[in-house]
Amino acid sequence: MTKTAYNTAELVTVMSARALDDGKIVFGGAGMPLISCILAQKTHAPGLTILFEGGLIGPHIEAGKFPPSTTEQRCARRANMLLSITDILLLQQRGYVDYGFLGGAQIDQYGNLNSSFIGDPDKPKVRLPGTGGANDIASLASKILVAMHHEKKRFVEKVDFITTPGYLQGGDSREKAGLTVGGVYQVITHLGIFGFDKETRRMCIQALHPGVDIEEVKERTGFELIIPDDLPRTEPPSQEEIRILRELDPDKRYTTPKEE
Amino acid sequence: MVALAIRHGSSRKLQKLLRRMAILFYGVNILLEGIGFMVKTYKELREVIAKKNRGLREKVMSLEEAVGMIKDGDHVASGGCHYSRTPMAAIWEIIRQKKKNLVYSRSITSTEGDLLLVSEATKHVVTSWFSPGVTWGVSRVMRHYMQEGLAVFDEWSHMTLGLRYRAGAMGVPFMPARSMLGSDLYPRLSDIKEMECPYTGEKLALVPALNPDVAILHTQRCDPYGNVQSEGLPFMDEDIALAADKVIITTERIVSNDQVRRTPDRTTIPFFCVDAVVEVPYGCLPHECYGQYEPDFKHMDKYVKLMMGKGPDGVKEYLEQYVFSPATWNDYLDMLGFKNILKATVQGKGVYYD
Repeated sequence: MTKTAYNTAELVTVMSARALDDGKIVFGGAGMPLISCILAQKTHAPGLTILFEGGLIGPHIEAGKFPPSTTEQRCARRANMLLSITDILLLQQRGYVDYGFLGGAQIDQYGNLNSSFIGDPDKPKVRLPGTGGANDIASLASKILVAMHHEKKRFVEKVDFITTPGYLQGGDSREKAGLTVGGVYQVITHLGIFGFDKETRRMCIQALHPGVDIEEVKERTGFELIIPDDLPRTEPPSQEEIRILRELDPDKRYTTPKEE
Repeated sequence: MVALAIRHGSSRKLQKLLRRMAILFYGVNILLEGIGFMVKTYKELREVIAKKNRGLREKVMSLEEAVGMIKDGDHVASGGCHYSRTPMAAIWEIIRQKKKNLVYSRSITSTEGDLLLVSEATKHVVTSWFSPGVTWGVSRVMRHYMQEGLAVFDEWSHMTLGLRYRAGAMGVPFMPARSMLGSDLYPRLSDIKEMECPYTGEKLALVPALNPDVAILHTQRCDPYGNVQSEGLPFMDEDIALAADKVIITTERIVSNDQVRRTPDRTTIPFFCVDAVVEVPYGCLPHECYGQYEPDFKHMDKYVKLMMGKGPDGVKEYLEQYVFSPATWNDYLDMLGFKNILKATVQGKGVYYD
């Protein structure tokens, strides 16, 4: 079998798609999360239902026509249902949503995400656009998936600001704060797949992607990761997965690696 | 002190006066202390509705007259979301009428937020996300105003902001929610509280009702009485309409009451909520209106390039050129150009036609 060539963004997209089980409901954002959802539908999960924050259930997204925002009319064409933003987000509070799919500017060792401020929130170096629905998704969906490019400045010991709650300060602090459901299930980067220790809620590595050295993961992580003795490797993206992905995003608008 | 006085139980008029004084004397940073959240008392809410002329009457007026109903210092809530069904013509007229010290709230704020900041119509934005759009990057204007402490951005999660309008629409002072808890967003907002549920003992966040002074909403069709028939994505418009004291509707087309009565199941906002009906074709451009037109992406690109390149100065140029110099909204549309509007229209109809 010939080896399939792929870039790091395609790798993250494929690995994210694999994390989504058939028959489930996923709250997906624009860009890479959405492409992962569609890829999952076209491979192992035809019964996966996508929800969009703009107020859509089961959008019908055509290859090469991915909407840049999930609140615009191009998402709505041939969807199953349109409803208000408040009501679509409340479906998560009711318990209908299995996966929330997020990105973020910064993540910390407890899976907290920051999309509000870089630096001191009272005198920020950068004011970011804000939470949108991310805080609700991370508080209420049953399992949170986070897809990110793995860089030291993005994987920090403590985020400057918790916009989107992971396991807060670790241990049972999330439950104590009143967030009794959900939590970060997996963090998927171009280096590997990460989870969280059941007791301390600190980030641990679950699997390395093909050809990745654990030393590179350590170098690109700004805190100490829990590393098990026996570390499995993920199966590389298949030719079929990459073929479908390139059909979906022919211009590689959403599957071009971010420059560092 | 002023913040406390404003937050606790003082009358609406006094609240507004104090807020204006606070902006004048202390700059805007004091707003961080929670001024402007203004949970209105139930008595006040009922009084406003009691006084409202709720008869079946025609409310058609000009854009100037309708926006003239907005007073300096008002809390103005916009319908739509992001670059969809933005009441852009009303925003444009707000800027032309040089309104000041508005509190501006919206589910997600796009380019119209930049325009309102640079024109000094608002120094206080209540929203969940603020930038032109994911593909255009983080607004340099938003960054400038917020990083330099020139304006305030109350960041609410999208759902809890929606629940605030819904509480306002329901005539209750708050809604319980299971998000926002534990995050750092929470302690920055002084008017969000936790409670132990009296039934289950669970910890819940209580988000305060948001009852805007004026709602500005754009729709596809509306009759002269104010029966609104919006199509497509509903966003938060219906809750905002019910929550607000006054409601201004701009519409692509005014249709007859007979036409509304043929499809009453399509009416989304009842006439007695509405105070003004203004016919403004292409009233969202360069943003989109469901089934009518997509954004004028060429104009959006041009705007973002200017805004990101020159920051507030670029937006000042933009305001001069596109808001202050055209004599009418149609003259502004003329500047966007027939070919661009045609393209946006053809694509906009694509929701309904294969």
